[in-house]
Amino acid sequence: MSNTNDPMAEIRASFFIECEELLEALQDGLQALDDGDDDPETINIVFRAVHSIKGGAGAFGLEALVRFAHRFETVLDEVRAGRMSPDTEARKVFFQCADHLSDLVRISRDDGELPTEETAALLDSLNGLLGEAGIEEEADDAEEEEIDFQPAVLSLDLDLGGDDEEGSIPDLPPLDALPTAAPSGFTIRFKPDNDLFETGNEPFHMLRALDELGTCTVTCHLDDLPDLDALAAETSYLSWTIDIETDVEEAEIAAAFEFVDGLCTLDIKKKTADDVSSAPSQESPADEEPPVQEDEPVVKADAPAEPSPVPPTETPVADAPQESKAEPAPAAPMKAAPAPAKQAAPAAAKSVVRVDLDRIERLVNLVGELVINQAMLSQSLERSGLSPHSDAMNGLEEFQRLTRDIQDSVMMIRAQPVKSLFQRMSRIVREASAAVGKDVRLHTDGESTEVDKTVIERLADPLTHMIRNAVDHGLEDSEARIAAGKPEQGRVNLTAAHRSGRVVIEVSDDGGGINRPKVLQIAIDKGLVSPDATLSDTEIDNLLFLPGFSTASVVSDLSGRGVGMDVVRTSIQALGGRISITSTPGEGTTFSISLPLTLAVLDGMVVQVAEETLVLPLNVVIETLTLTNQDVEMVRPGAHVVRVRSGFVPLFDLGKELGYRDPVEDYDGSVVLLIAHEDGSRAALIIDSIQDQRQVVIKGLDDSFYRAPGIAAATILGDGQIALILDTSDIITNAIGSSGACAPQVTTGLTA
Amino acid sequence: MSLEILAVDDSRTMRDMIRLALLPAGFNVHTADDGVHGIEVLEGIEPDAIITDINMPRMDGFGFIDAVRGQDKHRATPILVLTTEAAPELKARARDAGATGWIVKPFDPTKLIKALQMVAG
Repeated sequence: MSNTNDPMAEIRASFFIECEELLEALQDGLQALDDGDDDPETINIVFRAVHSIKGGAGAFGLEALVRFAHRFETVLDEVRAGRMSPDTEARKVFFQCADHLSDLVRISRDDGELPTEETAALLDSLNGLLGEAGIEEEADDAEEEEIDFQPAVLSLDLDLGGDDEEGSIPDLPPLDALPTAAPSGFTIRFKPDNDLFETGNEPFHMLRALDELGTCTVTCHLDDLPDLDALAAETSYLSWTIDIETDVEEAEIAAAFEFVDGLCTLDIKKKTADDVSSAPSQESPADEEPPVQEDEPVVKADAPAEPSPVPPTETPVADAPQESKAEPAPAAPMKAAPAPAKQAAPAAAKSVVRVDLDRIERLVNLVGELVINQAMLSQSLERSGLSPHSDAMNGLEEFQRLTRDIQDSVMMIRAQPVKSLFQRMSRIVREASAAVGKDVRLHTDGESTEVDKTVIERLADPLTHMIRNAVDHGLEDSEARIAAGKPEQGRVNLTAAHRSGRVVIEVSDDGGGINRPKVLQIAIDKGLVSPDATLSDTEIDNLLFLPGFSTASVVSDLSGRGVGMDVVRTSIQALGGRISITSTPGEGTTFSISLPLTLAVLDGMVVQVAEETLVLPLNVVIETLTLTNQDVEMVRPGAHVVRVRSGFVPLFDLGKELGYRDPVEDYDGSVVLLIAHEDGSRAALIIDSIQDQRQVVIKGLDDSFYRAPGIAAATILGDGQIALILDTSDIITNAIGSSGACAPQVTTGLTA
Repeated sequence: MSLEILAVDDSRTMRDMIRLALLPAGFNVHTADDGVHGIEVLEGIEPDAIITDINMPRMDGFGFIDAVRGQDKHRATPILVLTTEAAPELKARARDAGATGWIVKPFDPTKLIKALQMVAG
């Protein structure tokens, strides 16, 4: 291709990005088809997606991809043309092919090993859909190259009526003798039809292209030109004889006329030794010349074009050199009344800029620094004792607002709809249900919900696992479903929604629900819970998150790959999220993941505990209270609850839990934060004082620190001080564990 | 002489490839994402030649050629069709719609340039 390597690599990379989009459109279209959408545009979209992938793949020589896409496209074309109906069986194959196509795209991108067997199996399925026609098609494909070079007889019935008045003078005047004896060459007779001009072809350019192939002597024959008054402006009267001295093959000469094949009278003759020195006066009229090419170059596999056959029409070239004052036929095509251009909705396409992720990361980091800097500036200005109405303070307020806007905008750049993630999951459902022989349908909702790109990427694994679990363990097999009076087809729902500043993703199934006695028994058998423990339903459900827990009595080859729900929970927590379970026997199980919108910034509450400054995520704090001793009740030594309106909430001293101090004895005047988690659990945390509410930039405590229980990350405050960001759920879990409360340490579910 | 080209293709990869092939040869390349967009872009420029894909959303290549040919000033503007199929009936259909010539994808840059020179000088 081009001599520079770089731009090609760039286009290649961009091709694969485009492929992802096309694959997404493909999935969408197939899903719509599956949902009974019979809009012709739907199948068109599906077809175009595959077609475009094929087109691009061809450009990069990704043959496996081209071959598979081509066959897939052929079948889709049958559907598009209405020759085939996309029945259930066909749609199933289409989905498999779409999945496989996306595999091939990725494998091609990473230069991986091609799954030849799978490809072959799917090609067979596709051929099966095509039936007899498919076999024929295949044969056609094999001959495609040749077809390309067969003399096309298709346009020979073109309207030649306009040429009728032309004389049939067979003789040709001798051309100027060639100056020297050329080694080889051709004599070309070329007479354009009117239609040639209508397609926008221009003999002048063609002659010039010929000239580049060798030394041309061009004679223009004007003898057909009528008198000026008889001249029709858009009729072609001219013809040419071109004598070319060249070493190139005939096919290459023919290539110059490829586009006008059938739109002109063309005769290419290889000069014989005799011809070279003498004028090609023996040129025969067309009716004597068989309309077949000398076929030696025709079979040349990589010839650029087909040689043009002589049209089998009676239009011998006449060229008595009679001078005419008439003007040559204009090159303008003759289209009598130009139809008005189709006016389509001028909906301008959304313009999109592609930016390297690193640059965005850099911007996010810089904005983070800006936020910190702005906070520092505010604090120092406040300390300087300026009047709150001074210009500086007003300006600062504006500055603060702008900073926040910039931050929001930058975060928006990173946000992406969860759609791509959901599409991957629909594939997981297809594969998983096929593996365990269940009929399962995935329903998705809220695909346009936007989440930080990193979150989406890191959600794929946990979500995959959850979906597999839902299909494998969550849903009953068909018999059990029918026995329970449920539809045979199992249902898995995957939804995403924004809820109070967080993203909530739910995976639910309409299966049998968690078999709690079994779960408890397994936990007891594995020694994870003491046999005499009394656990609430929520607590039992949460046992699923125990490391190494597996409920399937038979470990299927689908789940049970040594990755348990504990890993899922850890991944979700690493994203600053929470996961909770609700389950109703006989009706199904719902896993709910709640995630922060962004990983970079947190709305935090800055508090003081035992001289330490700490930050709590603001969204978990639902209320602040100042205690009196009457509010606090002791359940047993070391375990207290606080009365909040009509209920009791477990009370913990944050200073004690973090190991900063001994437990508070006197609760009078203590400040308490009431914390609520997604799973509905609540707790009260004793702190010393509340300092501020502000956005903080999250600075991850990476591997260089051990993961400290209860600590999620750190941040830099306005005054330059470092503060730890707390993971309240973790703290409470640990607190319950250490205070010997009823549940094992896995319990996150404290029912309020 | 620098030729002005309008390339219409819904695939970004193809548009990039065309641009990459033509820019070093001194062509001035405009692009459009589909037929409708192509007509819009055409309003602001006077290309020496147009390259168009066939399978496109909103308005396909045939519709686009038809619309271009319908404009008086573009009756003779050379239009090359980019097609993945070499099938004769596709070529015939393109020609019937008023296409000047065709390029089979994946195209070889030198052939594309040659084809453009053949139709536009």
